[in-house]
Amino acid sequence: MVYQISVFLENRAGQFAEITGILAENGIDLRAVSIAETADYGVLRIIVDNAEKATSILMQHGYLMSMTPVQVVAVPDQPGGIAPVLAALAEGNIDIEYMYSLFTHIEGKAYIVFRVAETERFVALLQSYGLTPSTGEELGIR
Amino acid sequence: MANYYQPEIETASPQQLLAWQNERLVKQVQHVWDNVPYYRKKMEEKGLTPADIQGVEDLKKLPFLSKDDLREAYPYGLLAVPQSECVRIHSTSGTTGKRVVAFYTQHDVDLWEDCCARAIVAAGGTKEDVCHIAYGYGLFTGGSGMHGGSHKVGCLTLPLSSGNTDRQLQFMTDLGSTILCCTPSYAAYLAENIHERGLRDQIKLKAGIFGAEAWSEEMREEIQNALGIKAYDIYGLTETSGPGVAYECQEQTGMHINEDHFIAEIIDPNTGEVLPEGSKGELVFTSITKQAFPLLRYRTRDICVLSRKPCSCGRTHVKMSKPMGRSDDMLIVKGVNVFPSQIEAVLLEEGYPANYQIIVDRVNHSDTLEVMVEMTPENFSDSLAKITSMEKALVSALKAMLGIYAKVRLVAPKTIARSEGKAVRIIDKRKI
Repeated sequence: MVYQISVFLENRAGQFAEITGILAENGIDLRAVSIAETADYGVLRIIVDNAEKATSILMQHGYLMSMTPVQVVAVPDQPGGIAPVLAALAEGNIDIEYMYSLFTHIEGKAYIVFRVAETERFVALLQSYGLTPSTGEELGIR
Repeated sequence: MANYYQPEIETASPQQLLAWQNERLVKQVQHVWDNVPYYRKKMEEKGLTPADIQGVEDLKKLPFLSKDDLREAYPYGLLAVPQSECVRIHSTSGTTGKRVVAFYTQHDVDLWEDCCARAIVAAGGTKEDVCHIAYGYGLFTGGSGMHGGSHKVGCLTLPLSSGNTDRQLQFMTDLGSTILCCTPSYAAYLAENIHERGLRDQIKLKAGIFGAEAWSEEMREEIQNALGIKAYDIYGLTETSGPGVAYECQEQTGMHINEDHFIAEIIDPNTGEVLPEGSKGELVFTSITKQAFPLLRYRTRDICVLSRKPCSCGRTHVKMSKPMGRSDDMLIVKGVNVFPSQIEAVLLEEGYPANYQIIVDRVNHSDTLEVMVEMTPENFSDSLAKITSMEKALVSALKAMLGIYAKVRLVAPKTIARSEGKAVRIIDKRKI
C-alpha cells in the first residue's frame, strides 16, 4: 500500500503547472499522475516520493486535498501483462474505482495503481493468484 | 383608437375614482379588522381603530405588511374569509423557503380576470382574437390570470403553458395566434426560433403581453421588430392577485394601475414615509376589493415612479413606470422570485459553507442562474463520482427550493471573496 494525494482543482489554465512547480521547488519527485475531471473542476491524483512532506507544503499553499491509500501492483512490462490482475478482479467481482500507472519501470516491470472499493478482499484475492501489492519501501516512496 | 373592456371604470373621472377608493377602503379596513387578527393587532399597536380611516387621506396611518408578515402568518394567518369561501390558491416562493400562499374567493377571481381582460383589450384584443398563453399554468399566477382574462374578452384561448417550443410554434402557425402572452424572454426566444425556422410568414401575431420579469425598451424594440407586433408590459404580483394589477395601453409609456381595485403609494423604503407624486420609491399596494386575501399597504419592494399625466388613451388610472430595481435582494430569474437567503438555507442544509456567489446572466434571451460554492475538506474526496453525486444532490435541493434549475459550480476553498464589509453575493450580468 502507498499513499496517494488527491487535490481539488478548478479547471483553469496553469493550475497543474502551479502545483508541479511547488513540488519541484521543494525537491519532491512525482511518481505518478492522474486527473479526473468534469467541465468545471477536477481531482488531481498524484503519488510522490515523500507524501507527508508534499501534503504539508501543498496545505501551506492553501490546496484542498486528501490522502488515500491505494494498492500498487507490479506486472510484467509486456503485452498482456496486466491481464491476470484484471481477470482476478472480474472473477472476484471487485469494482475498480480508478486506476493509473507509475512512471517507474524496474527490471521489466510496470506498476499499476489501483483504487478499489474493497481493499482487503482485493489484497487477499491477489495473494490467491500469487501476487502481492508493492510496499512503499520497495518503490522508494514514503 | 382606444379600446376599453370596462370603459366606465377605465375612463372614470379622478373624482369618481377617488370616491370609489374612499368608500372601498373604509369597508376593506373594517373587513380586515373584523376578520384578520394578525393585522388588527398591528393596527392596535399603532392605536388605530377602523374609525381612524375615513378615506384615502388616512391610508398613510395604517401599518405596512411585508413578505416577512406573510411568512409569519403562513399559511392561514392573513385569510379574511372562512376557508369554505375560497375557491383557489396561487403561490410564489418566499424569503427563506416558506412560500407565499394567496387565497381567492370566486369574487376575487372574477375581479382579477377583469383586470387581465382590461390588459388584453388595451393591447387590441377582441373576441375575434386567438390568445396564445405561454405563461406557466399552476401555482404561478401568469397562466391562469391571462387565461381567465382571455375568456372574459371572448378570445379563443390557447392554454399552451410554458415550454415545449415545437408545440408552441405548431399551434401558433396552425391556429393563427394573434396575441401572445408570456415572459418577455420567452417571447424573444420564440421570435428567434420563428426566424431560424423561416416561419415569419406563417404567424399572424399582432400583439404580445409580456410580464413577470424585467425587460428593457431595447428588448421591446427587438421583439416588436422580430415579430412585427406591438409588445405591451403587464405587472402584478401573487400577493395582490397576479398579472393585471397594472398594464400598458397603446401609448406604451407606463402601466395603468387598476385603481378601482388597488391603491398605489410610493414610499421611501428606508423611512416608510409617503413620497410626493413623481418621486422614485418603493411601490406599496392596498387591495380594496379582494375578499379572501386583502393586503393593506403591502410593500412590493419594487422601485418605480407613478405619474398622473393625462394619457392619450383616455384612461384616467395612474401609470407606474417599469420597476427600476428592488429595495431588497430578491432576484427575478425566468419570472421566478429567488432570494439569496433561500439559496443559503439549501447550502447549509447540504453541508456547504454559507460563502457563495450567485451569478445571473441572460444567454440567448433566457435567464441563467449559477451558484458558485466552495468545496470543503468534508465534501472533498479522491472519488470524482462521490463529488459529482453530492453536486447533483445540491442541484436537486436547489431546484426543490427555488422551482428552477440552478447550475452549481464548485470552486476551491477561499476563492470567493470573504465579506470585507458587505459580501458581494449577487452578480447580475443581465443588461436590462
